[in-house]
Amino acid sequence: MIDFLTAAVVATMPLLFATLGEILTEKSGSLNLGVEGMMLMGAVFGFSTVYNTGNPFLALCAAFLAGAVGAFIFALITVTFQGNQVVTGLTLTIFGAGFSRFVGDHMIGSSVPRAAQDFFGKVKIPLLGDIPFVGQIFFRQDVFVYLGYIMVAVLSVYIYKTRPGLNMKAVGENTAAADASGIPVNLYKYLHIVAGGGLCGLGGAYLGIVSVPMWQEDVVTGRGWIAVALVILAGWNPIKALVGSFVFGALSILGLWQGSMGIHISQDIVNMFPYLATILIVIISTHKNRKEDRPPGNLSDPYFREER
Amino acid sequence: MTSTPAIRMERITKTFGTVTANDNINLTVWNGEIHALLGENGAGKSTLMNMLSGIYRPDSGFILIDGKQVNIASPKDAIKMGIGMIHQHFKLVDVMTAADNIIIGQKGKFLLSRKDAHQKIKEISERYGLEIDPAKKVYEMSVSEKQTLEIVKVLYRGARILIMDEPTAVLTPQEIQQLFRIIRNMKEQGCAVVIITHKLNEVMEISDRITVLRQGKSIDTIETKDVKVPTLIEMMVGRRVELKIKREEVAEKKALLNFSHVTVLDKEKHEMLNDVSFELKTSEILGIAGVAGSGQKELCEVICGLQQASGGNILFEGEDIVGKDPYEIYKLGIRMGFVPEDRLGMGLVASMDIVHNVVLKDYRMQKGVLLHRKSSIDKSKRIVESLEVLTPGITTPVRRLSGGNIQKVLLGREIDILPKVLITAYPVRGLDIGASFKIYDLLNDQKKNGVGIIFVGEDLDVLLDLCDRILILSGGKVTGLVNAQETTKEAIGYMMTVGLEEGFRAARTGGTA
Amino acid sequence: MKSPIKIIKRGDLSKKKTVMIQLIAVVLSLVFAGIVMLFFNLNPLEVFSTIVRGSIGTDIRIKQTIVRAIPLIIASLGILVAFKMKFWNIGGEGQIMMGALASSFVALNFGDLPKPLLLLLMAMAGAIAGGIWGLIPALFKAKMGTNETIFTLMMNYVAIKYVSYLQYGPWRDPEAKGFPRIPRFTDNGVLPKVAGVHIGWIFALLLVVAVFFFMNYTKKGYEIAVVGESLNTARYAGMHVPSIIITAMLISGGLCGFVGMIQASAVEKTLVYTISGNYGFTAIITAWLARLNAIATLFVCLAFAVLLQGADYIQLSMHVPSALAQVVQGVILFFVLGSDFFIRYRVRWAKDSSKTTGEGASV
Repeated sequence: MIDFLTAAVVATMPLLFATLGEILTEKSGSLNLGVEGMMLMGAVFGFSTVYNTGNPFLALCAAFLAGAVGAFIFALITVTFQGNQVVTGLTLTIFGAGFSRFVGDHMIGSSVPRAAQDFFGKVKIPLLGDIPFVGQIFFRQDVFVYLGYIMVAVLSVYIYKTRPGLNMKAVGENTAAADASGIPVNLYKYLHIVAGGGLCGLGGAYLGIVSVPMWQEDVVTGRGWIAVALVILAGWNPIKALVGSFVFGALSILGLWQGSMGIHISQDIVNMFPYLATILIVIISTHKNRKEDRPPGNLSDPYFREER
Repeated sequence: MTSTPAIRMERITKTFGTVTANDNINLTVWNGEIHALLGENGAGKSTLMNMLSGIYRPDSGFILIDGKQVNIASPKDAIKMGIGMIHQHFKLVDVMTAADNIIIGQKGKFLLSRKDAHQKIKEISERYGLEIDPAKKVYEMSVSEKQTLEIVKVLYRGARILIMDEPTAVLTPQEIQQLFRIIRNMKEQGCAVVIITHKLNEVMEISDRITVLRQGKSIDTIETKDVKVPTLIEMMVGRRVELKIKREEVAEKKALLNFSHVTVLDKEKHEMLNDVSFELKTSEILGIAGVAGSGQKELCEVICGLQQASGGNILFEGEDIVGKDPYEIYKLGIRMGFVPEDRLGMGLVASMDIVHNVVLKDYRMQKGVLLHRKSSIDKSKRIVESLEVLTPGITTPVRRLSGGNIQKVLLGREIDILPKVLITAYPVRGLDIGASFKIYDLLNDQKKNGVGIIFVGEDLDVLLDLCDRILILSGGKVTGLVNAQETTKEAIGYMMTVGLEEGFRAARTGGTA
Repeated sequence: MKSPIKIIKRGDLSKKKTVMIQLIAVVLSLVFAGIVMLFFNLNPLEVFSTIVRGSIGTDIRIKQTIVRAIPLIIASLGILVAFKMKFWNIGGEGQIMMGALASSFVALNFGDLPKPLLLLLMAMAGAIAGGIWGLIPALFKAKMGTNETIFTLMMNYVAIKYVSYLQYGPWRDPEAKGFPRIPRFTDNGVLPKVAGVHIGWIFALLLVVAVFFFMNYTKKGYEIAVVGESLNTARYAGMHVPSIIITAMLISGGLCGFVGMIQASAVEKTLVYTISGNYGFTAIITAWLARLNAIATLFVCLAFAVLLQGADYIQLSMHVPSALAQVVQGVILFFVLGSDFFIRYRVRWAKDSSKTTGEGASV
């Protein structure tokens, strides 16, 4: 069981980073459905960087950058040129998928260099790692996982306790009000879309470099979309996002682990579970009544100051 | 008054495409002055002020604030120069508290400390005599509380120049008096206040000087004490007009629509209409008055079948229409016209042309699966011609038309079905005087033809002049049903706020919209 | 914030100018894609000319290109019906998959039926299964207002996993010597050829006309458009919105399901879990590029089929990954999405240094 849950934490990370990224994007008022595409871009650039340079740190930077560039395209089209967000996001997904296949084509089957794999080896956190059960599961992980925990904390503080965080929420909730209050709304949108895309890129990189340290096509397999649903389930809250990602992380590896857990159903059927569960979330979250749990008021509405 | 004016706008011109919204306008406002900017809808008042608040930028001309020429590129710049604008549609974040709404966009420490803000808010509130609860969420506020919050917000930003766009439009007479006290208070503190309005009596009461705009041009600036209302009207409209709304007297009236104990709940099970009973007669205009969000929308929509009553009966000529959707009501042969408040979002399809908007009511009469446009084309032509709709053609998307012409298309279509009941929600909102009177005439014509009309309005003067009777709603309950000729504005204003706990109910439904 | 650019809202732009702007966007996007290719040490002129040669260079290639255009056209028609209603059906892949699954079920179990009857049954099964797959999210949307975007997308994965389960499990051909594949259809289950290409091209053309007629000349088509523009207006006009959503999605899913039948019957001649071939996604791009107009869809899809077929060719002849086609598609749509701005607004260099912007002129 502990092994399974430890592996679940690993499977949590791609979802977590992507969900956090999309939370930032949506909180500032944009619905970017290109998560899947940005993750794929992050995955392929992260992998190719580590493959070519062997430097894991550079790889993370490249992955962040790749996701951020994808998000920047989205921002340019939707914020500046006011294109339809849904279609632009979908296009970004198609584009990202194509791009990752195109760039990754010659690397299929290649492995992450040994040194880099070691870099992402398990590290025990002193004290915390000694806590029975919990410590074994959560605090004997790789550095990337700890980065994920840190991101949850950082974003929680940012969103709820800081001035820019408050301004960002205002932009997402009521763009016109934020603008009238002197907040540079387009700058806020750009920054959060791009930063959100970067996080999605990191999520993709985790899949491409750590989860499976060997390049294969379409590593993301719908996790970007699950992340979009997780944002809703988490009510735009980073801590709840961690919980949600963990549950879905566990679900997503059930297929591989069921044998050792004494369950015997076709792996393909078990692999349906995360998708079915996502559908369930989407249905359940239709009925959210508390105002604070609802999507940002101006989510996916284009804003042009003079258009009233 | 000091020697340098707070605001000086010189030869300001602003065009939108082919329309000149502001043509060479000059305006001077002094510190400690209440300046009224008067004009019809579309005269260019808001455009002019939006150039001060950084929403628009002038094509030509220049602006001096406290004697210095400035370039106001964004709302941020305006705030820096001490200019605060309170927009007609409040710009507040619903899910945030009053305090958070005040501090957004402000410079300060990276980590939020709300204590300091609360302290400063308290100081400002006391100085200007404003009442505000910093911890209250905006969605729990009444319209006038929201307005107060907007005022505190601009004062917090150190505004010395206050611009208020139609601040009284959504207030009761009592709330208006309260607002005027606050404005006078600000004047005494040396602020320059500009009020945009088209309500003449208020202009006479509150302002020191008046600048009248007409069709984008500045007509004149005058001392309020030197001028009389009829002169102002002439300056606004450009000709002498009789500003008296006719009330057609029709003797014979029969019962038409009967509400008894109707209750409507919203999704969260709040009572939006609570035990409402009244009767609408033929050849009657029944006015509906109330603070925004008092149940007017629900009243209109429950008749049309767009919302369902959870209790009570609505009898139309004896037939109960509760529980029926719009199509079923239509199937019963009940001809009902409805001009909703949100014209482009509900009554019309904004991106479609006049013909396809006329089709909207026609197509269900057609047999078979095919869509026939022929009769709708004829009808569109007829509406355009008889109501003098200004449009390049009947294939122009309706969103391209001006507010008045959009309203004519909508009302024209609804009248064309020869309704027995005509429901109109704020039918003259945003229209100029000429267009408004055209609408009043149309309604009076319908009344003469025996139609029972429900007229939801916000301008109490209009309600008093046009309607036969007025039903007052407060928090979803009927708090009065009066004969228009036997009551006063103040009396209605009082009934509008009966039983409201801090206006919570009104606010909950989003009275800002 | 201070830029010397003046943005003015346009009046209604003529159709001709709108198309012009879009064409310019497409050309620019190809130029941009070319620049990207340079970064990967590819000669864009060579790539593009090879794509053209590879797709329309010979008779056979033209036929192959048409075979690719057929599913794309029909799927795009399905997508446009949903998108017109602003129902973001991105479940085309799954609907194609389920259509293929159902028609395969018929073909595999009733392979002895006379050809016309069998094909008819297969087509019906495909359309119904695709329709049902589209109906599920539609029902939730209609009754509860559930967000359809993620729902339809997740339904894709469920369908793919299920077919993959069948292919590796219960439906696996025992005679394939351990190779995980489903048995081939009998000849009766294979669509005939007309003029060298399977008969699907005739269906595609007929459906283009039918969908065009449906959207523009029927009450239902009008209702779908009104629901797409404004739900409130639709309710106000007495339209029964849930049934409109359901009808539209049945049609949308049904068309995609029919694509599945065609692909299974005429192209693969069996069921494979890769049968949807990304057509469900590509159709989103083509439908949008065609501005949700059925006739325009035909031409956009033909152009995209050239791109797809050509991309396969460059993979063989130049060893350039065929995913390049996907990249180029994305770039094209990015540019066209961005170009909408120039259709709505006119951008000019302001004469003086003060930036001024403007709102729309009303009549």
